[in-house]
Amino acid sequence: MIPPEWLFRGIATLGLLGGLGLALTRNVVHGALFLVLALLAVAGLYLALAADFVALVQVLLYGGAVSILILFAMMLTQVREEPETTDNGQQPVALLVSLAAFAALAAAINTTEWPGTTARSLAHIDFDTISAALFTTWAIPFEIVSLVLLAALIGAIVVARQEPQE
Amino acid sequence: MIPIQQVLTISAGLFCLGLYVVLARRNAVLVLMGLELMLNGVALNFITFAVYRDPERFLGQIFALFVIVVAAAEVGLALAIILRLYRLRRTANVDEANTMRW
Repeated sequence: MIPPEWLFRGIATLGLLGGLGLALTRNVVHGALFLVLALLAVAGLYLALAADFVALVQVLLYGGAVSILILFAMMLTQVREEPETTDNGQQPVALLVSLAAFAALAAAINTTEWPGTTARSLAHIDFDTISAALFTTWAIPFEIVSLVLLAALIGAIVVARQEPQE
Repeated sequence: MIPIQQVLTISAGLFCLGLYVVLARRNAVLVLMGLELMLNGVALNFITFAVYRDPERFLGQIFALFVIVVAAAEVGLALAIILRLYRLRRTANVDEANTMRW
């Protein structure tokens, strides 16, 4: 099934608007909400590209866990609305660098020929196939990434722990 | 079907917006959010190439999954570091974290 192009463009516009909102807003909490919008729109793009499983993981991990963690960090660090301090002095340079990066990327994308990428229907990969691949072909990277998660978890606890005499 | 150039341009746009946020913002939490946006642009690229170029082996989808999981680990650790910084300095401003000792 190929989703209609207007749907794809609409979701992509939502995602880019979310990113733009994050880049422009003065309010940190609004920024977090814009980020959630962008992340969910990216999940929608995955769905439109028939990558169901990744879309589901994106909603669970990014839409759920990461956004909650970020809001928690805002609460714990008592981010105040200080418009004059949210941007630093590098803003013009940052604008220049990111616009230049986008121009370079867009030029590279549009001047390259992409053989074998036109007029093909979307190959739908169901959960069975992707989980079979994860647990057979990619079993070792899968185990290693679970170790990485465990190490990050323990590291986060150790770093954030409140020491008694502090 | 959407031409691949359009999808790649969208992900490049997400990446560059995230880059701007990372470079221009002072608040550590905002910098982290920009980083998440950049990682999402990259993961979208992986998915795009998996769908358009490699539908039989879908390597890009697997790789995007790993990118998402490692990003989640990174967020947890980064937030612990931000909390620590806040506790030491009473600020989450990355410009004020300019010594390598305390």
